[in-house]
Amino acid sequence: MTTDIDGTALAVFLFFFALVTVLGFVASRWRKPETLAHIDEWGLGGRSFGTWITWFLVGGDFYTAYTVIAVPALVYTVGAYGFFALPYTIVVYPFVFMVMPILWKRARDFGYVTAGDVVHGQYGSRGLELAVAATGVIATMPYIALQLVGMTAVLKALGLHGELPLAIAFIVLALYTYSAGLRAPALIAFVKDIMIYIVVIAAVALIPSKLGGYANVFASADAAFQAKGKGDLLLAGNQYVAYATLAFGSALAAFMYPHTLTGIFASNSGKTIRKNAVLLPAYTLLLGLLALLGYMGHAAGLKLESANDVVPALFKTLFSGWFSGFAFAAIAIGALVPAAVMSIGAANLFTRNFWKAYVDPNVSDAGEAKVAKLTSLVVKVGALLVIIFLPTQFALDLQLLGGIWILQTLPALVFGLYTNWFRAPSLLAGWFVGFIGGTFLVWDAGWKPLHLISLGGEPFTIYTGLLALAANIAVAVAVNAIVPARTPARA
Amino acid sequence: MEKSRKKAALWLLVIPYIGLLWPPLYNMREPALFGFPFFYWYQLLWVPITATLTFIAYRSTRHDD
Repeated sequence: MTTDIDGTALAVFLFFFALVTVLGFVASRWRKPETLAHIDEWGLGGRSFGTWITWFLVGGDFYTAYTVIAVPALVYTVGAYGFFALPYTIVVYPFVFMVMPILWKRARDFGYVTAGDVVHGQYGSRGLELAVAATGVIATMPYIALQLVGMTAVLKALGLHGELPLAIAFIVLALYTYSAGLRAPALIAFVKDIMIYIVVIAAVALIPSKLGGYANVFASADAAFQAKGKGDLLLAGNQYVAYATLAFGSALAAFMYPHTLTGIFASNSGKTIRKNAVLLPAYTLLLGLLALLGYMGHAAGLKLESANDVVPALFKTLFSGWFSGFAFAAIAIGALVPAAVMSIGAANLFTRNFWKAYVDPNVSDAGEAKVAKLTSLVVKVGALLVIIFLPTQFALDLQLLGGIWILQTLPALVFGLYTNWFRAPSLLAGWFVGFIGGTFLVWDAGWKPLHLISLGGEPFTIYTGLLALAANIAVAVAVNAIVPARTPARA
Repeated sequence: MEKSRKKAALWLLVIPYIGLLWPPLYNMREPALFGFPFFYWYQLLWVPITATLTFIAYRSTRHDD
């Protein structure tokens, strides 16, 4: 693919980037509270977001720029197997519908800001709180770094090479997140999501007509897989379990992350969350169609250095300069929203469950907001340094592990909403086994999230995260049943 | 009576898990639709189905929060 600078594309890109930058700074005056110097305001937008703002914010935050680049790339490379993102982002919503309103209510009633707060409130254990909070932070850091990978792919397609454009974009983002908090990504999400919808609808409506229709798109992909001897339009028999467990495990993990939880806690009622469980699948439809861009890459006969270039290359080849500039801006802005919410979520965790717990228990509301704002800057600069100085593969491997790690916080965070039976030491033991065991299995498989199992018959692979979660729960139940309670369980 | 019907509506939310997490059910090419092999349009179709089931559950939930 050519990487000369296309003037029109670049101009359109810069226009939209400037637009969201202005919005980002204006956001500190949007739905203006009495003071932003409170973590509820800076970090949760005052817990006041209604159905539409929540829809745009959670949609913009859950379906990230990395998704837009990586899902089609995976489908381009391996075929049907990469499509697991679709069942994953469907079955996540019944779970959200059932569990998240209860979690939201707990957080609202007691003024909790993070998962760590919820766990500390339930079990009164600093150890379990720290485990949950630390897991949240380290699972999120590589996720932020990956947003930069998504952004790099479009900057490269625009002909902007090197680290400087990336660094500038990220520093601008860091500054307005610092000043406006969660209001900045919430406002930008409106622009970003509408742009992404336009781009994807145009792409799935127009590209196939240029490539001889969907039947031909699938046929070309099929032929390419046959020629390559890798990938398939359908799953192989030994991929069934991996496909289903990846979808299910990822769905359970999705709303354990600090950035998705931040979106949940920021909404104004349980009803808003339930309504969003009905409305958010619109994004899933978009994701499913987007995944097919991977096959369109084969039909268009693209020659790529890296599979991550498939979406940018496709737009560049098939669309005029201004529209590809628009599409690239949509993807780059798509990286800013989740990166901002992730850094806010991580900053909230650090402030509430580390700074307040260990460094300054008497910190004032304004002091809390100050610490969170500074932490959000540090987190973003950290992610930028990781991408500039470490190999991209490092961030990819860590993000993969992050999904497995964050899933191990589910028992501590969710079980307490339904039962008082579990005690902190048992949940901590379960978390420890799931975390260490899951990490070991991933390392043992050569940094792959799948574990090979053979029960006599043909061997198959299963998602390690789900396996680790099963071990986690089993240990928690066993320890809780065997070890007697020292103190009566908290009501 | 009324309450049990509302409880029943929540069981609708189990259906997408059954429809999607058993891949042998849909891992086939035919019948194709608009050029999409069955594997693809079947899973895409579950998006509106799940949204509809969740909407029914939403209608039968008391929103006292």
